[in-house]
Amino acid sequence: MSGPRVAVEGVSKTFRMHLRGGLELPVLRDVAFTVMPGECVVLRGPSGTGKSSILRMVYGNYAVDTGSILVRSGRGTVDIATAAPRDVLALRRSTISYVSQFLRVVPRVSTREIVAASLSGDGIEAAAALDAATDLLLRLNLSPNLLGLPPATFSGGEQQRVNIARGFISSHPLLLLDEPTASLDARNRAAVVALIKAKKASGTAILGVFHDDEVREEVADRDVDVTAFVPGREAA
Amino acid sequence: MSEAGFDGGTAAIRYNFAYLDEQTKRSIRRAILKAVAIPGYQVPFASREMPMPFGWGTGGVQVTASVLGPDDVLKVIDQGADDTTNAVAIRGFFARTAGIATTTRTAEATIIQTRHRIPEEPLRAGQILVYQVPIPEPLRFLEPRETETRRLHALNEYGLLYVKLYEDIAKHGHVATTYAYPVLVAGRYIMDPSPIPKFDNPKMDMSPALQLFGAGRERRIYAVPPYTPVRSLDFEDHPFRVQEFTEPCGLCGSRGVYLDEVVLDDRGGRLFMCSDTDHCEAVRAGKGAAAEASW
Amino acid sequence: MTGEPLLAATGVTRLYGDHIGCIDIDLAVWPGEVVAIVGESGSGKTTLLKCLAARLPPSSGTITYRSRDGAAEDIYRLSEAARRALMRTDWGFVWQDAAEGLRMTVSAGANVGERLMATGARHYGRIRSAAVDWLERVEIDARRIDDDPRSFSGGMRQRLQIARNLVTGPRLVFMDEPTGGLDVSVQARLLDLLGTLVRELGLAAILVTHDLAVARLLSDRIVVMKEGRIVETGLTDRVLDDPSHPYSQLLVSSVLQA
Repeated sequence: MSGPRVAVEGVSKTFRMHLRGGLELPVLRDVAFTVMPGECVVLRGPSGTGKSSILRMVYGNYAVDTGSILVRSGRGTVDIATAAPRDVLALRRSTISYVSQFLRVVPRVSTREIVAASLSGDGIEAAAALDAATDLLLRLNLSPNLLGLPPATFSGGEQQRVNIARGFISSHPLLLLDEPTASLDARNRAAVVALIKAKKASGTAILGVFHDDEVREEVADRDVDVTAFVPGREAA
Repeated sequence: MSEAGFDGGTAAIRYNFAYLDEQTKRSIRRAILKAVAIPGYQVPFASREMPMPFGWGTGGVQVTASVLGPDDVLKVIDQGADDTTNAVAIRGFFARTAGIATTTRTAEATIIQTRHRIPEEPLRAGQILVYQVPIPEPLRFLEPRETETRRLHALNEYGLLYVKLYEDIAKHGHVATTYAYPVLVAGRYIMDPSPIPKFDNPKMDMSPALQLFGAGRERRIYAVPPYTPVRSLDFEDHPFRVQEFTEPCGLCGSRGVYLDEVVLDDRGGRLFMCSDTDHCEAVRAGKGAAAEASW
Repeated sequence: MTGEPLLAATGVTRLYGDHIGCIDIDLAVWPGEVVAIVGESGSGKTTLLKCLAARLPPSSGTITYRSRDGAAEDIYRLSEAARRALMRTDWGFVWQDAAEGLRMTVSAGANVGERLMATGARHYGRIRSAAVDWLERVEIDARRIDDDPRSFSGGMRQRLQIARNLVTGPRLVFMDEPTGGLDVSVQARLLDLLGTLVRELGLAAILVTHDLAVARLLSDRIVVMKEGRIVETGLTDRVLDDPSHPYSQLLVSSVLQA
């Protein structure tokens, strides 16, 4: 195989709170790691160490102060840290999927359509996309009679699975998972683990944060200890 | 200046030929020439006070006065009739101020000033038809701002007029406009043909006569030169159609002419008769002659 | 993504006498991209929108638009005829006040059909079926086709504006607070509709809003304006989740959750 799917090098992140008199909160320093195709790398560390921030920076959701995040896509390698917004968007359509902890969608759209919409960048026909969405949602044990409803009124676990479906439905080669099993019961956790394994087997590079040790043991190929990137916690 | 100083027929008052001074007539003729050069385009002109109120044909009268020569024969009609107050007054006005010959016969006239009709008898080359126009702007009721309507004409943006036709068909099943029905002149400018019935619209198309339009209050002159295509607006699937009358004229028996409905008595008696009185009389005279001849 | 921007503003400034509208704005919009301009009242966002939409000539700076044949032209140097043709074919406008964007006294069908008629459609039946089609696409009961928009609710009027604009298949739509003044539930329906249409048709759009939730749901990119200047710009979720400029942080922290 060729090189890593994503290579993070020398990345730092400081939050500047202008509303609190310009207070600076350094959260990460010299972050460096890679994820190879077919590999699942897990970010480890106590809460508040910046695991989610790393995922968000790789997704382009948080700005990067210094360093580079090189993502290899079909059209070459892009540095997320400096890429123009439309290049980041293009990567999200073609290469990177992200399962966040929060479901944010346009109200009133049905669950099936929300999930199918994640395929819109892949040139798949609408009907086929809806079929694929239905299939995946059922594999995640979502009740068939929920699929035509908007997810706004769903339980936390149901919304989480809708989010997982949105992230997993496409065949993007880089998958970012932010505590995807946080509010799931054992049966649904198992369903997600099976999906992650299938993604790995198909060559998808996965970067994740898992609070659940059992799930992590099952899917992780390698850990990255995030505490190594935490700047001196003198402010605490 | 040969026309100047003509003795208007009374000993006491001397008018310049056809009432207006030569300077004014020249400026109106310049506007007319421009209008002829740009068929359907509304040319502003310095409309003068006339010894009659606006709405009585002041625009038409100024145009007629400017094109009239001593050898012309003038016919004036109002709603097709030569004998209505307005027609009689204008005919008398020019007879008195220009001393020209007048007629009620379409074929004999060299200039015909009209309000609301085109004669039934086809016009010929060399004749001039002068229309009295109350509102020259076909877009006025759709777009009240003059600055904007002028821009729409300039940029050939006539979608709004089709919106009006669309609304008519949507609401009535057909285009409800029956008079002042807008026309496209020479494929470029859309023009209000004055409040003639749409029945007369086809007569404007490729007419051998020169057609001049004068709006006194609105200070606009426009023209359709001889042999100019004039097309009534329509949709491909709702083609323009003129009014059809099931009855013939109750007086002369003509068909295929524009008829007025006349109430005869208090018991609801009605008669359809030619709106063009000259045509009606001519047909009746012809029939009388034919009847006499066959006796 | 490669390619050239559809609309590009360079150094655009608009002054109203001594009063400032917008200052030294550089902004490019690519095909299929939705850009939200956010900021509080008086930030210059509506002035900028009007400049970009060829409705208000800038005091200085240029705005170029790339037409379908690939030529980029200064929109204020186009002939008036060309500019107006652009406005009724390639561009669309959705205003907060429906009365600005609709003919309130003509039927819904004629409102939708007007752009078609303005561009030469002369077949009543086809104009009408296009109107029916578009009314349905914006979820207006086709039986309302002969009613005029005065009898429509606020949400319906906005949807009619959208249909009226999209009927000619524009490439760029300008929207000024399109969901402003609507009930929350009506807003949601309109947002869904706009989002779907923008995605399906690959429209580029420039959206002025003070509502960050609207910006998050509809836009790819955000431009934050303050006192006539752009203070921050970037991917919509990046600016909203990790705002860097003090004013952006204030704006984001001032709403419950966007």
